Amino acid sequence: MSKFHISRRGLLKGSAVAGIGLAAPTIFTSKAWASFTNEPKGDSVTLGFNVPQSGVYADEGADQLRALRLAVEHLNGEGDGGMMGTFSSKALKGNGILGKKVEFVTGDTQTKTDAARASARSMIEKDGAVMITGGSSSGPAVAVQALCQEAGVIFMAGLTHANDTTGKDRRRNGFRHFFNSYMSGAALAPVLASAYGKDRNAYYLTADYNWGYTTEQAISEATEGVGWTTVNKVLTPLGAGDFSSYIAPVLQSGADVLVLVHYGGDMVNSLTNAVQFGLRDAQANGKNFEIVVPLYSRLMAKGAGANVKGIFGSTNWHWSLPDEGSKAFTRSFGTKYGVPPSQAAHTVYCQALLYADAVERAGSFNPCGVVEALEDFEFDGLGNGPTLYRAEDHQCFKDVLVVKGKENPANEFDLLEIVEKTPVDQVTYPHDHPQFAGGALGACNAGS
Amino acid sequence: MLGLNRKDSGLFLLVICLTALAPFLLNPFPEGSELAQFNAGYPDLMQRFMIFGIFAIGFNILFGLTGYLSFGHAAFLGVGSYAGVWMMKLLTVNVVPAIIMSVIVAGLFSLIVGFISLRRSGIYFSILTLAFAQMSFALAYSVLTPITNGETGLQLSLNDPRILGISQTVDGSIPAANFFGIEMRDSLELAMGGWLFTFNAGYYLAAIVMLISFYIAIRIFRSPFGMMLRAVKSNQQRMSYTGLNTRPYALTAFVISGMYAGLAGGLMVAMDPLAGAERMYWTASGEVVLMTILGGAGTLLGPIIGASAIKYFENIFSKINDTVLHGWFSFMPDGLQDFVVAIIHPFIGKGWHLTLGLMFMLVVIFLPGGLMEGINRLRIWFGKRINGRQQTPDHAPATSS
Amino acid sequence: MDAIILQILNGLDKGSAYALIALGLTLIFGTLGVVNFAHGALFMIGAFCAVTLNRLLSLSHQVVDETRTDFLGNPLRVDIPYVYEWFGPEVGATIIDWSVPLAILFAIPIMILIGLAMERGLIKHFYKRPHADQILVTFGLAIVLQEIIKAFYGANPIPTPAPEAFVGSFDFGALIGFDPLTIMYPYWRLVYFSFAIIIIAAVFAFLRYTTFGMVVRAGMADRETVGLLGINIDKRFTIMFAIAACVAGLAGVMYTPILSPNYNMGMNFLVLSFVVVVVGGMGSLPGAVAAGFLLGILESFASRAEVIDIIPGINQVIIYLVAIIVLLTRPRGLLGRKGVMEE
Repeated sequence: MSKFHISRRGLLKGSAVAGIGLAAPTIFTSKAWASFTNEPKGDSVTLGFNVPQSGVYADEGADQLRALRLAVEHLNGEGDGGMMGTFSSKALKGNGILGKKVEFVTGDTQTKTDAARASARSMIEKDGAVMITGGSSSGPAVAVQALCQEAGVIFMAGLTHANDTTGKDRRRNGFRHFFNSYMSGAALAPVLASAYGKDRNAYYLTADYNWGYTTEQAISEATEGVGWTTVNKVLTPLGAGDFSSYIAPVLQSGADVLVLVHYGGDMVNSLTNAVQFGLRDAQANGKNFEIVVPLYSRLMAKGAGANVKGIFGSTNWHWSLPDEGSKAFTRSFGTKYGVPPSQAAHTVYCQALLYADAVERAGSFNPCGVVEALEDFEFDGLGNGPTLYRAEDHQCFKDVLVVKGKENPANEFDLLEIVEKTPVDQVTYPHDHPQFAGGALGACNAGS
Repeated sequence: MLGLNRKDSGLFLLVICLTALAPFLLNPFPEGSELAQFNAGYPDLMQRFMIFGIFAIGFNILFGLTGYLSFGHAAFLGVGSYAGVWMMKLLTVNVVPAIIMSVIVAGLFSLIVGFISLRRSGIYFSILTLAFAQMSFALAYSVLTPITNGETGLQLSLNDPRILGISQTVDGSIPAANFFGIEMRDSLELAMGGWLFTFNAGYYLAAIVMLISFYIAIRIFRSPFGMMLRAVKSNQQRMSYTGLNTRPYALTAFVISGMYAGLAGGLMVAMDPLAGAERMYWTASGEVVLMTILGGAGTLLGPIIGASAIKYFENIFSKINDTVLHGWFSFMPDGLQDFVVAIIHPFIGKGWHLTLGLMFMLVVIFLPGGLMEGINRLRIWFGKRINGRQQTPDHAPATSS
Repeated sequence: MDAIILQILNGLDKGSAYALIALGLTLIFGTLGVVNFAHGALFMIGAFCAVTLNRLLSLSHQVVDETRTDFLGNPLRVDIPYVYEWFGPEVGATIIDWSVPLAILFAIPIMILIGLAMERGLIKHFYKRPHADQILVTFGLAIVLQEIIKAFYGANPIPTPAPEAFVGSFDFGALIGFDPLTIMYPYWRLVYFSFAIIIIAAVFAFLRYTTFGMVVRAGMADRETVGLLGINIDKRFTIMFAIAACVAGLAGVMYTPILSPNYNMGMNFLVLSFVVVVVGGMGSLPGAVAAGFLLGILESFASRAEVIDIIPGINQVIIYLVAIIVLLTRPRGLLGRKGVMEE
């Protein structure tokens, strides 16, 4: 199959090759060298942190890097150990992974598929990374996942919410801890129905790209399931900036709920516009007009300022959760950086720990062993309650948080208030659900 | 040699040597040393040097010779990429049909765009090409998702038909892109002392294609057709007064450079079978303009140098982080070390755009002829030093070589 | 009908921003003959003037409030802005609330200084260089400027709200005889539109009715002759550059409540503004303004759901489509002069 050979920096750095010196004969290597891609042979192992450092998600990327640095510290036994203390699996000993010190390289995805792949390729080919994680958008996540599959390394997806990552574009070497569009819909719909009633007419403004489509579909199917009607679905160009011309017709359309399927800067702008146009104070069909944002992040809530107050949405994790894992992580992160972690930071931290733990349990860095160790792995103590890494699609199943913008924040980070913790059973779906159909994991690839 | 004059033959031979030995030349630092960070001799980046070199050579045929500044060339690269991936999805994962199809589709698309845009000149031409490219990008990103797979990018999957090949390998993987059985990912590694050199099949395929493109470019530059294009640049009006219609010449140049862009796009998917819409965005078109001008527009070698320089910055500088910096300056006392890192910090890692911006400004301000002018100046300066006497000043930066 | 009026209002609003940036761009091009790719960055810097003033006014010292806790459970350190202490909490809060309009005064000297520095320090050396060089160096400058802003303010949008008094919508429909509450339009957007009209009128009046403006216009038409008359046209053109920078900056300041500024906003506007300038006709001031409003309104209409249903994706390409059609039917744009930028 694949004969993917790449420089083994880890080996050369750590082992005695340097000692061979100039007298050494030239060694042409072909297959016999390692049993899988980038097998770490020295006393350290390199992980690749591929996050957006420029572009619209740069702040999410920066937060992910902070969390990953923290994870590396904890894995190497420095710092207070964070969630390693609360994690249900006790395979990790704080002496690196399998006794090898954890090192890392970073790269910039620029939130573009091409750049993300180039950056990941260089980590695999040049730096000898055995695992890639990070990212804040679904397009790059799917692209990098496919690359890792081809190259024979593990991909632990960062913040990616589109169904496709573990749906039609799922791969055996890729894993997603973050929740997805379907789960947002399933968690939000009942809460919305009880808060706003079952007789509602929803108008969708949807970011015109893949994540927008799957999320719009998930939310509309879920809300139609509780009796809502969909009035209209309008696609908006990514990065439109000013959404006024899309917002203005909403009030005359007969709708009484506006669903903003936007993320990042687009969400900040569209929500700000909607509030400016008085949608929150408006009346339609004899009811108060309402706005819903399916995917929330605290960093976005900060950008939108007071406009988020009282607006419903869903999120993967929030620092104010009261369980021991969340508290330990927030304390560890907050003490080091002075700010609480975002959901983007949380998910990559978990992914790094989960990967390291899987390697320990498998007893090898071999991707196929790691895949086996992660499939149908059940764990707890990472802030989301009991969680399952389902084998059929490599998606994590855990409780989903429905949140709303807090009316009276106690401090500048206290922007979201948890309305409900939707139990995992309510958001679980069969792996061949129509929204996820058309994909196959394929075989695991260990490279070399 | 091959119908080239002595000077061009020398240049061509030089480029052949450089590309053949690139795995050595680009990895000057031993593995594991602090400076290994600056090594560029890994397959992905070397392939990119070749691919964007082709893209810039093609762009230079249009811009360097005719002076028409297209701001939409990335669209041709993108269209070529999509065509290439579709060939690999439908026909076979052998890269040859994919590359050929990329060139054909990009050529046809550039014929349409060029036919319309070349009705205007100057900045109006630029805006027309920009408008076409932006429309292509916007549509590929959204409405054309069934063809382009939108933001995610078009990629191979396990259930593609692949008429002349297999949908999936026996163990359930997507077959790898190959050139008659030689997989693009295949590499041979050579360890010598502390050094490690990687010879990658994909890179050498890209290099051979680049050398052929470069050869064709030299021939075009030296042909009567090339002379005609230069004449279009220097004075179009006078040309038309002589009763000569310049448009067919400009259009031919436009289509040729569009095909070069398509070739680059085809090679990109051959090396890595994925096509994303962002490669059509206007900044990508701007990038090839920058590459060409940075290297030296109108010169033969300039575009390749410019393309390599920008890709080097993008891939190497963005990966240096503070931890690495602290490693480099660990010999300094703590306070000083933090200070030095703090000064360098804005220019590396996520700040690599800043370095790029500053570099552009410096080159444009001080080296109007691009890096090639800098090289020529150095050569003259060294020539003087060595010969110790005044040489005939060869001070025409924007001519050949 | 009400929907149409609403979209026209939207279009005028969007067009105001295009027109203001395009006006500055074409002013620079008409006077100095320079294609300024850093003009979008000037718009962005203007917006960040508003952010900066807001931050300056909110400068505060910390007081530990034992009764509340921060996210780690430690006593909360509350920020008390200095202006609260100097002017009392109420006046202080009002001052911070009005930071965006106040930023106009703050931005004018800054933008003029930046404009002068840019022209004297960099652009001056590029008058005789090819347009491609001008584009490249100003593009490089734009990247540098936006990276500097990013280094200081991060990459996420920064909310900069309008004063309380302008929050909410104005019942525009009632004013022109429609049923109440059918055409609601945000106060601040009406302010922005009026502001744009005032600025545009001021620039035109300045060029038309002052001696300075007359000389500048003469210089735009025939630089050599004006120079031969012994007038130092270069100095005046430098001042025009500063004015153009100022116009872009003010457009940015006032735009912050509409669009939370981020470091990249300039680039997004730059390409569109260029299209606007070219559609209007290079070097034509009325052309730039007219094209700005025209494209704003067209874009607004193309965004309507009914239109998108008929022609999918039209909202994303309308501006470029119009640009192509205009350039093919009117080679020099709507109001362009012959021979400009065609070589």
